[in-house]
Amino acid sequence: MTRARSIKKFMKFAGVPLAIFIIVLVVPFVNGFYYSFTDWDGFKATKLVGFANYTESFEDPRFWSTLKFTALFVVVSLILVNAVAFGLALIVTSKLKSKNFLRTFFFVPNLIGGVILGVIWQFIFNSALVALAEKYDWEMFKESWLQDTNKAFWALIIVTIWQSSGYMMIVYITGLISIENDVIEASQIDGASPVRTLFSIKIPLMAQAFTIALFLTLRSGFMAYDVNVALTGGGPFRTTELISLHIFEDAFAEGDFGTGQAKAVIMFLVVALAALVQVTISKRYEVQR
Amino acid sequence: MNTRASWGKRATFGVGITLAFAYFFPFFLVFVNSVKLKYDILENPLAFPAPITWDNFQQALTKMEFFRSLTNSLIITVFSVSLLIVFSSMLAYYLARTKSKSSKYIFLGLVASMIVPFQALMIPFMALFAPFVSWNNRASLVFFYIGFGVALSTFLYHGFISTIPTEIDEAASIDGASDMVAFWKIIFPMMRPITATVAIINALWIWNDFLLPRLVLTRETQTLPLSTYLFFGQYSIEYGQAMAGLALAVIPIVIFYLILQRQFISGISQGAVK
Repeated sequence: MTRARSIKKFMKFAGVPLAIFIIVLVVPFVNGFYYSFTDWDGFKATKLVGFANYTESFEDPRFWSTLKFTALFVVVSLILVNAVAFGLALIVTSKLKSKNFLRTFFFVPNLIGGVILGVIWQFIFNSALVALAEKYDWEMFKESWLQDTNKAFWALIIVTIWQSSGYMMIVYITGLISIENDVIEASQIDGASPVRTLFSIKIPLMAQAFTIALFLTLRSGFMAYDVNVALTGGGPFRTTELISLHIFEDAFAEGDFGTGQAKAVIMFLVVALAALVQVTISKRYEVQR
Repeated sequence: MNTRASWGKRATFGVGITLAFAYFFPFFLVFVNSVKLKYDILENPLAFPAPITWDNFQQALTKMEFFRSLTNSLIITVFSVSLLIVFSSMLAYYLARTKSKSSKYIFLGLVASMIVPFQALMIPFMALFAPFVSWNNRASLVFFYIGFGVALSTFLYHGFISTIPTEIDEAASIDGASDMVAFWKIIFPMMRPITATVAIINALWIWNDFLLPRLVLTRETQTLPLSTYLFFGQYSIEYGQAMAGLALAVIPIVIFYLILQRQFISGISQGAVK
């Protein structure tokens, strides 16, 4: 192919999408790095300020508490979402007649946006449970869970499990049904119990599904915004802000663009590093078939 | 052995049905309270409605401007998904078929970009696009979705195109078909399964997206998640209306899912595993 023709082909097939990709994603991403080292106020950057925005971010005690809260949220939701999702996948791949019917129920919350799920649960925690607690004298729910930082954390976890376990369940189902039946039959003939088959045969053979599901939950844990804003809104007193909401509030509510962007860059680095570590570790457990 | 197996099955069924009930319970609360009077809701949120009232729905329909939001959501989702399919299938075809260093690096760049969270670039993004957005915010939102969605969609198509033998392209070009004609008449129709996956994954994301529309859209152009959120914020004290609003927001996508259930499940499992 001549050079002119190959350039023409590139423009026809790749030109528009790549241009949009660069304008929408690459340019703001690169700008963001640059702005985080300047005195940017949202409109113009007059001079470079070195790491000032970063030191300011790390001197902000609220940022530290957000980082801690986010880390805890990511770890706990990662473990629980995947444990529940794997359990659901085992239920709906068993020999039950009702398995398709059950699968629909587990999957439906996932279809609905996080904001809508969040406000549904806001009603449950703030109104429905409180009303029932008054009526039946349940001490545990008399005061709304969303008024207390620790309980609000668990409220966030519950809604996140409800929201994402259905999706991860599909990932695990795909892994479980990809295992050849003769391998499982062979293990049963050898006298392995169902539990033994699960841990020694099924889980090692579907390690790839775990890599994917763990990666997806890790990423969505760090990026969680919708449920956070709709369920707790960061309250009480901004103690339940996950990092996304924290950055949003910094920039768009308080107008701290420089430090907001420095925090956003830190978030990116943390997410990239965590994902890299997780995928490297998970890959080690994958069996070559 | 037989009785043990059937006991295990019964236990699995018991756990499954209990969990299914738990997963459905929040929706039950929404629906059952959406047709109650305010006083009845606080009296007992669990009770079945007596008497049933449809006023809440009537109020919610107008106050959250349901049909306008639904139309906005539909327009934005349909345009974004269609354009994503067109652009990313062409890009993936080009990248998969051009064996050059640059096309390899472009592909790697697209894959790497998928790790970038939107929040990491949201602030400079808004600074850059604020003037553009005010000109036509629905069109600009579609444009943004193409930019943010093209990497994953191209990645999915790329994997699929690699399984289509190049002899097919060669045969088409010998028969005198141009690149474009060969792609749209021969290759694209062969990619129906992956197109379904790309469509479903992107449609779910765009339909439910909140943060980007919150930054970009105005009152007139707001989508369903946005209007539901604002409506709930304003009228959450009017429990019945708030519940009716939530029910309205949930219903369209659930109906869509029940119609296309099989495609949804296979789309998601393929999209995730690739």
